[in-house]
Amino acid sequence: MKWSKLKNFLAQCNLMLNRSLINKSYPPIIFDVEKQRVKFFSKATGQTDPVYFDEDVAKEKGFPSLLAPLTFLTTVSHEKKNPYQYLHDLSIDMKNILHASQSYKYHHLVFAGDQITMESKIKDMYDKKNGTLQFIEFESIFLNQNKKLIAESLSTLVIR
Amino acid sequence: MNIWNYKSASIGEFLPELKLEPVSRTNLALYAGASGDHNPLHIDTDYVNEIGLPDVIAHGMLIMGYLGRVLTNNFSQGQILEYHVQFSSITNIGDKLTCSAKVVKIFTNDKKKNLELELSVKNQDDDLKLKGHSLVKIL
Repeated sequence: MKWSKLKNFLAQCNLMLNRSLINKSYPPIIFDVEKQRVKFFSKATGQTDPVYFDEDVAKEKGFPSLLAPLTFLTTVSHEKKNPYQYLHDLSIDMKNILHASQSYKYHHLVFAGDQITMESKIKDMYDKKNGTLQFIEFESIFLNQNKKLIAESLSTLVIR
Repeated sequence: MNIWNYKSASIGEFLPELKLEPVSRTNLALYAGASGDHNPLHIDTDYVNEIGLPDVIAHGMLIMGYLGRVLTNNFSQGQILEYHVQFSSITNIGDKLTCSAKVVKIFTNDKKKNLELELSVKNQDDDLKLKGHSLVKIL
């Protein structure tokens, strides 16, 4: 058997094993939304509206504190003790992975001072192009300190 | 920034597009720090050379963050119900990105008027980097 064929075969066996991890959930992450972090994230994504930087402006608009930008919740997922644990669980090398898609459904705004709990699980795994591209979907929900659902997300990663 | 008025939106209409400065290493370093995404793919040239890439590549989520500004430049953030993107191709250092949004649907749901927008990010060569859509409540 040619090496490339063998590699493909092994990859496919691996994928079959991996599928048993569908529905695996990860321990919740608790994240305090700090003002400095909101400002830093807002600067890094080029926001210009003072509602992201100036607490007085945010309060004038009736908000409790600085507003967190639309994609701010992505920071929560990187706060895991070992953010790449799932790669280890799935025996995937980080260098082979890319972000394929990202979805958010919003229910409530997030502000500095909130405490967010993120609960995630592996929702699905599938492959395309005869197994040469494998996909993993992570589904997450985000709750605030009052246990109110604030957002849902779906992240799809592709393994090359 | 609210030059475009969603109250008179019509299907096929484009929101004011957002043209960005070329993507720089500083942008990626700042985003790595701010987001907590420390994947070396975005910040460490030695690492990317080792895995056979010529240079670091942008975080997809950074570009999603940029594109989100087209939405929040024209709507209050609380109006935005859904925001989805697909990362179509890699964004490189130096890419000059244009973020666009187009109204594709206007409908009433639960007595609330909603807009559906089609979103895209392209570079200077018109290569598609991101495509997506968003659902926004307007009344």
